[in-house]
Amino acid sequence: MRDTVMDMIPAQVATSAALLEARNLSFEAGGKRLIDGVSLTIREGSRTLIMGANGAGKSLILRLLHGLLPPSAGQVLWRGATPDHTARRAQSMVFQRPVMLRRSVLANLNFALSMHGIRGAQRATEAGRALDMAGLTDLARHPARVLSGGEQQRLALARALIGQPHLLFLDEPTSSLDPASTQMIESLIDAAHARGVTIVMVTHDMGQARRMGDEVIFLHAGQVAETGPIDQVLSHSRSEAARAWTEGRLYTNSTL
Amino acid sequence: MFSFGDIMSEAFVLILNWDRNLSEIVALSLRVTLSAVFLSCLIGLPLGALVGAFRFPGRGILTVLLNALMGLPPVVVGLFVYLMLSASGPLGPLQLLYTPLAMIIAQTILVTPIVAALTKQVVEDLHGEYAEQFASMGLRAYDRIAALLWDARYSLMTVALAGFGRAVAEVGAVLIVGGNINHVTRVMTTTIALETSKGNLELALALGVLLLSIAVIVNAVVMALRASAVRAAYA
Repeated sequence: MRDTVMDMIPAQVATSAALLEARNLSFEAGGKRLIDGVSLTIREGSRTLIMGANGAGKSLILRLLHGLLPPSAGQVLWRGATPDHTARRAQSMVFQRPVMLRRSVLANLNFALSMHGIRGAQRATEAGRALDMAGLTDLARHPARVLSGGEQQRLALARALIGQPHLLFLDEPTSSLDPASTQMIESLIDAAHARGVTIVMVTHDMGQARRMGDEVIFLHAGQVAETGPIDQVLSHSRSEAARAWTEGRLYTNSTL
Repeated sequence: MFSFGDIMSEAFVLILNWDRNLSEIVALSLRVTLSAVFLSCLIGLPLGALVGAFRFPGRGILTVLLNALMGLPPVVVGLFVYLMLSASGPLGPLQLLYTPLAMIIAQTILVTPIVAALTKQVVEDLHGEYAEQFASMGLRAYDRIAALLWDARYSLMTVALAGFGRAVAEVGAVLIVGGNINHVTRVMTTTIALETSKGNLELALALGVLLLSIAVIVNAVVMALRASAVRAAYA
């Protein structure tokens, strides 16, 4: 029998309300079932990591939870109800490869603020604050697309946080960054979490997982192989898939 | 018997002795062409962006139609607009036939599919890059289209140029709906056709040189603007 995150999360987190739930979520493409009956709960204020080998369906589940893809079966619930426009506005996502608009750094932030209905003097204040937070004040007038990878990812994160989301999805935000840039991104995520933002992040990095996560959802072949507190999943894995992954072994079994 | 060199030199003399008649023809040509390109962009840019960025029933048919209409025969468009605007046509009471406005309408019909089809391609490519980010931000259709058109603005300058090229060189449709009336609807292309048929080759060639020069200058200015803007934005 598969665990659910609810079964495994620490007591202090278990008391908080469910922000997002996936119920028996499946996704098929090209005649293949890529996500197969995934159920999970993301609690308010938690830091949940989605881990697993390449092709396990981590990015896909993130997109399904965020509503970027429609599930083939099952449903996603936001505060117990079907997500509506306000749910989308309360969530944001940072992609593995940051998407920069063909505009300046400041214009990228201004665009996000305008889409949240923030204009005029308030927009200038908020944009200035976001630039400062991301350490990009000196680059405000630079075209966003010529920034380094780390700077682009910081801008993407600042832009994602600009609407003060309740839930932030991160799809391997530091996968191609150097240690200094990774550290800066992690501190921005930590700061957002400290302000009450719920974090759901895909990562391959076990060190980062221990630094950044409370609980782990470990996927294998589109299914939840194991869930639980970070130390338990990474150090005392109960599933063969998670154990093989943490030991650096290839695990090719397509079933759990 | 005439020599090409003699005609060419007389054509340049005509240009150098720039008269009011020549100004009138060139000004009307530019007015009609630029108005048609402006209207085509007003319709074609959002239409192309809509088809490029969204999936909806009939999108495939609309794409095929837009691509096919890029090759609309000008005389057919001229005939269609003529029938619509003639006294017995549905728009006859407006009395627009043989006016510059009729020429603008005909050219707009010719240029709009070009602008829309090329915009669709540009926006579709850009939307492929932006789609997930826009979806994540919960953008409404209007905001998506506005953002895509703004971010593709440098590429869309080339699209507008393609429309300008088609409009400024067009003769068949404007001849039918404009009638080539002196001081009223006479533009460069229709004058070239008329003067050639009359054997007044110096004036025809002079206008041909002017037409070519205008096309080259407009293209050069827009491309220079585009290049400097792209360099500034690294877009």
